[in-house]
Parts: sequence; structure tokens; C-alpha cells
Amino acid sequence: MSIEAKPGKSLGVAMKRKEDPRFIQGKGHYVDDISLPGMLYMAIVRSPYPHATITSIDISEAIKVSGVKAVITGKDLEAAGLGWLPTFHGLDKQMVLAIGKVLFQYQEVAAVYAESRGAAADGAEVVQVDYDPLPVVADPFTAKKDETILRPDREAKTNHIYHWQVGDKDGTARALDGSAKKVKQRIWFQRCHPAPLEPCGCVAEFDKMGRLQFHVTSQAPHVYRTALSLVTGIPEDKIHVISPDIGGGFGNKVPVYAGYVCAVVGALKLGRPVKWIETRTENLTSTGFARDYHMDVELGATADGKLTALRVSTAADHGAFDAAADPTKYPAGMFGVVTGSYQFPVAFAEVDAYFTNKAPGGIAYRCSFRVTEASYGIERAMDILADELGMDAAELRRKNFVKKEQFPYASALGFTYDSGDYHQALEKALDKIGYPALLKEQAEKRGRGELMGIGISTFTEVVGAGPSKHFDILGIKMFDSAEVRIHPTGAGIVRAGTKSQGQGHETTWAQIVAEELGLDPQTIMVEEGDTDTAPYGLGTYASRSTPVAGAAIATAARRVREKAKKIAAHLLEVGEADVEWKDYNFQVKGVPTKSVTMKEVAFAAYTNPGPNEPGLEATNYYDPPNMTFPFGAYIAVVDVDRETGEVKVRRFLALDDCGTVINPLVVEGQIHGGLTEGFAIAFMQEIQYDAQGNNLNTNFTDYLLPTSLETPHWETANTVTPSPHHPLGAKGVGESPNVGSPAAFVNAVIDALSPLGIRHIDMPVTRDKVWRAIRDAEARREK
Amino acid sequence: MKVRITVNGVLHEHDVEPRTLLAYFLREQCGLTGTHVGCDTSSCGCCVVVLDDEKAVKSCSMFAVQADGHQVLTVEGLAQGGALHPIQQGFWDQHGLQCGYCTPGMMLTSYVLLKHNANPSEAQIREGLAGNLCRCTGYQNIVKAVQQAAQTGVTSQEAAVRS
Repeated sequence: MSIEAKPGKSLGVAMKRKEDPRFIQGKGHYVDDISLPGMLYMAIVRSPYPHATITSIDISEAIKVSGVKAVITGKDLEAAGLGWLPTFHGLDKQMVLAIGKVLFQYQEVAAVYAESRGAAADGAEVVQVDYDPLPVVADPFTAKKDETILRPDREAKTNHIYHWQVGDKDGTARALDGSAKKVKQRIWFQRCHPAPLEPCGCVAEFDKMGRLQFHVTSQAPHVYRTALSLVTGIPEDKIHVISPDIGGGFGNKVPVYAGYVCAVVGALKLGRPVKWIETRTENLTSTGFARDYHMDVELGATADGKLTALRVSTAADHGAFDAAADPTKYPAGMFGVVTGSYQFPVAFAEVDAYFTNKAPGGIAYRCSFRVTEASYGIERAMDILADELGMDAAELRRKNFVKKEQFPYASALGFTYDSGDYHQALEKALDKIGYPALLKEQAEKRGRGELMGIGISTFTEVVGAGPSKHFDILGIKMFDSAEVRIHPTGAGIVRAGTKSQGQGHETTWAQIVAEELGLDPQTIMVEEGDTDTAPYGLGTYASRSTPVAGAAIATAARRVREKAKKIAAHLLEVGEADVEWKDYNFQVKGVPTKSVTMKEVAFAAYTNPGPNEPGLEATNYYDPPNMTFPFGAYIAVVDVDRETGEVKVRRFLALDDCGTVINPLVVEGQIHGGLTEGFAIAFMQEIQYDAQGNNLNTNFTDYLLPTSLETPHWETANTVTPSPHHPLGAKGVGESPNVGSPAAFVNAVIDALSPLGIRHIDMPVTRDKVWRAIRDAEARREK
Repeated sequence: MKVRITVNGVLHEHDVEPRTLLAYFLREQCGLTGTHVGCDTSSCGCCVVVLDDEKAVKSCSMFAVQADGHQVLTVEGLAQGGALHPIQQGFWDQHGLQCGYCTPGMMLTSYVLLKHNANPSEAQIREGLAGNLCRCTGYQNIVKAVQQAAQTGVTSQEAAVRS
């Protein structure tokens, strides 16, 4: 239950969200709500072929359509030097509109500008494009053969994009060879899509001063400004990026898309504002997908279950362009966290990425870069090992956890885990769900031939990118920033380089400032997403807002407090050394009755600052010293119908440890949402392509989002292990449930099916796949 | 062609193309942007409005001309006399929203649900909301929000307006 906020203690309070009144009254302000005088609408002509030469484009019929003002193609953009767009890490480029050939189905081929939404669609309908189909490469294993080279525009004539590796290759091979027990499993984390309910879109306008006013659904507005400047050559001071309210992002709204460039070009060319809002089909077929990692996971262990080595070899399907949103030096993101919560004497991981005739992407869908793939891989493999050893899945984990006293812990693949207490988390979760009773029930049911499964996932995440010595995007270091300004009446404003898409920053950022300064969180306004006013930041994704911007806000607020202390000393007529901050007031040391409030100090800062510089504000650019490592223990309980393959998730307990909690209401909400997305990935969602490269999941009737009916009831719990290096001890949480839950669901299903000898089913674990696995297993037994 | 549609008690009379969807009529011709569009297939429910105080309809699946002469309630019409509707209060109190995009449709479906069943069970609420997708909340707090609204009753707002 939520409570009303008040001055004083603010951190850790389940305060009702400050942003909600506008959303519940239909006053949210999303990009499609923007309507400017003279605004044109843009529609995009897309390719029906996954791989084809464009032999001709005829726009003559389209420009005759009533209301159509212009049509542009790739050749027009190429002539203007805007044919290609650099991808986020700067290692590849992608066509804005197809030039010469198309490389994936639904690729952007032409843009049509018209007086109305309908006229733009009518115009797009009659743009005549002739194609000459080319051989299609629909998976990374075919791509690897290099029989058809998809990207002859690149220097290296191969479909292989990069090889990345970390760890001790030879040492791992030796350790695996010498292990008493070994398991190996091909685990595919299927291609899926974040599918926020609000599609991507923008409104581009050049104002009377010739300045680009760019309203866009961006999770990283400052990065957009810089990228747009670099691509278009418009000086950065002439670009104003505004992210209004965003209807969900989940990583989908991090990349810069072709449609945005076309809208800007149209606005420049036609001298009128241009709106582009993609359809759901465009969203699912052309904007950033996630995952598509084929992982060969191998574990070695002693006969009694002590881990000896981990090796993971991955083939990554990046689609037609290498548009994976990863930091420059980390082409496979944080995949090195694949050692999970366990002590490995030695480990090795490698990723090879390939071009295919599929949509580009590889964004972090509600996870820090490639952490979900890593977590799923290790947590599935641990269950396969437990099965091989005939050991309880909880016991195997217990035996191999990094111990509380080992933190900070240097993992075998190079991360330094900041803090954790994995044993406590697992024991508490097992206790809450009643593990012994469930095991007893399961044994009884198995005796009757019924299929019941218990799935455990004890994951560790790595979030909060990141320390500038390691992390950058387009060369820009991954710091984040905040400006805190307190007004004379004790109200204030905090601006940050992040951008909420539902995470509740307007509430939680205010709580941080209120806590640090003893002010009322209701009178601390939060502003984000406006590049003219907010300090430069890298945005909201990869659970980095609280670890990085949250730290910047706390640090800036503390700087305000330092300044305020000097003014307090002046008001209290004592030396600064005699003033202390206690119980949310400045007091003369040892004389609690002699005190001033922050509100009084704020007023004095503008009316009676004494010898001090007037005003009360501070800015901080926070460069985190390390990543943060949230963790959790999740347990799923399922019943599987032997006849139909239907899986019923009967219970799900999520125990999370995200360090210090800023607002438990917001944290719980994030966990519910992330679990629901994890549930969808485990059981329902896949962007499938057939062998001819046709996308088979192009709208919500084929790409399924769980409804209120399928979604299980979520049980939550927590432990608190603060991060030692974050100013508040906070670690970030939004993505943990999506990272940790898929393995719990699948482990539970496989546990249910294990009496039949079934060892693995790739996600999504649909009724059909389960039914086939049961049928095949029973057929094997009859032989 | 001309249509006359009463939206939140106010008559809107506009010329529309026959193909104009009710959702875009509300958003672009009435300026009521609280009704959202999230898909092309009537799957998501972001666009749900109430027709004739009786039916929850997906306004992306209805032409404006089909609503000619009818009454439409949108999210902008839920609060009365400065008082939040109990459903709005429930969503706020129970943290039943995050990004806010599905919220208007979710609340209006709840409105019709409670109109037909003042005291629904959790299962009935979940069934009633199954045509509205939410990507952020996992529905659990939405169910609580509707339960709170059912408990406080629609009459509390009427009382607030009268006082």
C-alpha cells in the first residue's frame, strides 16, 4: 500500500508517484500527441523481400496522390551525403533508405510526405519498386559458410562480424578434460522484441531560427543530439532534442532509426514540421530486436558437485547491420557475467557474430547488455548439471555460490562483483515458498505419474554502465549527470541526463533530493529529456539510471548541502566547523535547540547569504567507480498437463536484492512488470523467420503479449545488501526480473518433465513444443 | 461527411473522411489525446472508450461515422467536478500504472466492468481486462486498483461532486 509523501525521511518510503495524476487524467504528453501548425505526416515504403536487388523505383504515381508533397529514396539521401547512418558503437553503418539492394524484409525503401496520415499511406501504397530476389541467409550457421556475402560494401568480404573472447581458453579446456562430470547443452535464446505499447516516432521541425526541434521517443536524448549532429552535419547547438512522455521503452527506444533521419530530411526539404509514427508492424519488423544468441554451454564439476570450469561458445545473429547497442569496447556487452553467482576456478567465453537477412538490432531488452542471455545460459546449465549429478538444484547452487565474505569478488571472467549474500537470498526464498513441502508433494505426484516442476534461478546481474575507463558509446564516456537547484521557498528542481519511460523518476529522483536536503519531495520537480536544460547524460537503459544518475543526484544534493552549511553557519552565527547536519536540520554541535531548517537556509541563500556566494545549486557528472551487481533467488512452481502439454505456473516467488531501496512501491511494480515480460519470453514470444527470410510475427496477433488472464500471481520478497561504492548503496532493479525469471520458468518445466528423460526445450516453451517432447519421450520409452 | 458525436457531454460536429477511425477522430479532431493507439490489430486496448455509457469499444476498430449520434466517454471525462473517479484514485493509490500508455483504456474497460458487476472477483476482473494489454505492471496492481474502486464505489465520487 502506498502512502502520501512528507518532508523528513524520504528514502525507502513507498511514496505514491508524482507523475500519476496526469497519466490517469489523459494528460500524458506522448510524441503522437504533438500537433504543430502545417505539420506533414510521413509514411515509409518497405521491402517485401529479405534480400533483393532493387531494379527500379517509380514514384510518379505516388506524387500524384492528393495531399502527397514529396517522396524520397535512398539515392536522394546518398546524393545529400545522408545515405548511411553509423550504428551506436560506431563499428558499422546502416542504410537509411535502401541503396541498390535490400537486406531484410520490411527494410525502409522510400519515404512519403503528405498532408495527412491517410494521404501518406495512400502515397506509399503506389510507390512502384521492382526487385530481383537474391539468395537468402536466414541463420548464423548458414551465414558462417560465406556462400552468399551479404555486405559487399564492407572491407572484409565475409558475413562474420567479429570474434570476441574472454577468459583462459587452454586452462578451461584442461579443466574440462580433467573433470569427473561434464555437461554440454546447445541453448538458444530466441530472437524477441521489447514491443513497448507506444510505438517509436518523432516530430521534426525547423523553427524560425532555423533550429531543429526534434521531439522523439528516445531513451537517450543527448546521445541522439550528438548522433544527429554527426550524421547530418547540423551544428549541435542548432539541435534541440525533446523526449516527451514515453509509453514504455525496454531498450527499443535506444537506437536512432532510419525513420528519424527521413523525418528530419523531410522537414528540411519541405520547410514544414514532419511527424512519423510507426505502426505496430513496423515496430516489430524493423526496430531493435533482442537476443538471438545460440550458446553452447559446458560445465565441469567434481563427482560431488563442485564446479571446475565453464566454457561458452556463442553464435550471435545480428541481422543485416551490426546495430547491436553495446558499448564500443564490448561488442558482446557484459556477456562475461555468464559465470553467474558461482565460483569457477577457470572459465572461457566467446561470441562470434554474423550478418543475416533479418532486421538489425541486438539491443538490451530490459537488461544490461547481453546479461539476460548470460544469466539464462548459466542458470539452465546449472540445472542440467544437477540432473546429471542426481543432486538437488538448490544444493548444487549452495555448494558453489560466491560466499558473502569473498566480496568484492573477482570473477573468472574479469568482473569485480561489489557485494552479495547469495546464501541468505536462496535460503530465504526456499523458506518463503516452502521448498521441503513442495518436494514432498512433487514426489507424491511423480508416484502417480503427474508432472510437477520446481525451477530455481539464482542470478547475478551486472548493471550501471559504466566506469569511463571501460565504457563509451560513440566515444562518449558512460557517465551520467544531475543538476539540483533549490529555490528561495525551499522548493526545487532536479534535472538529469536520464529519461523515464515508466520507471517513476519524477518520484524517486525527488525522494533522493528530499532525503539529502530534508525537504518535501512533493515540491521537488524533476525534469528530464530536454537537451536544452538537462546536463549531458547517456540516458535510461541497462538499469543504469539509479546506479549512475541516482548517484549523480545524491552527489549534487550533497554539494548543495555543503554550500547550505556555510549559509547555516552564517545564520547561526558560529563557525562552519561548529555546524552539523542532524535530523534533517543544521544544528550547532551539542546544542540541538539552536538550529535552522534547509528551508530557512534556502531563503537566506537568496536574501541573506552573508559572506557566501548567493544561490543554492550544484551539478555533478558521476563517473561510477565500478558496476553494481544486483542479484536474486527466483522459484517457479509449475504443473504440466501430460495430455496437452499445457504448463500452468502455479506459484512464482521472486526474491530480489537491489541494495538500498529508494521507493519499495516502485521497485515492486518494476519487479511485477519484469517478471511478466520474462514469463512472455519463456512461454510465448519469438520473432520467427522462415528459411526464406519471411518474418512470421509481425503484429500482436502473432507476437504475443501476456494478458491479465495468463499472467501468474507474483510473490515478492527481498534482502538488502548495499553496494559499497554507490553513494546511496543502491544497485538498480528494473531489469533483474526479466534477467532472472526465464531460467526459473524453463527450469521448472524441465524439472516437471525430467522423469521422462527430457533435458532441455528451447524458449518459447509453448504447449506444442512440450506436447511433442512428451510424445517423443514416451515413444522412446516404449521402444 | 459530417458526424455529430457527444464526447464527455460535449457535442462535437466535424467533417470526416469516411475511413476516419473513431480513435483518430477523438485524438485529432476533438483534441482528446488521452485515447492512445498501440497496435494495428485491435489487440492492445490502449484506445478503449465507452460508448453510450454501456459498452467498452476499441476506438481503432470503429469508424467515426459509426459513432454518429452516439455518446462517447473518454479518459478526459472520468474525473467530475475536480474529483478523481474512484477508478482513477484506485490506479494511483495501488500503483496500477507505470508508463501510462495503456492506462486510459484500462480504466475505461474497468469502468464498464464495474458498471455491469459492482463487486467482481479477482478472476472476473482478470477476465474482464483480458482485452487490454499492459507491458509494465504485470496486471497485479491493476487488479488491486479495480478492487479498490469497487470497494469505495462509484457513489463516492458522486458524493464528492455534490459536496
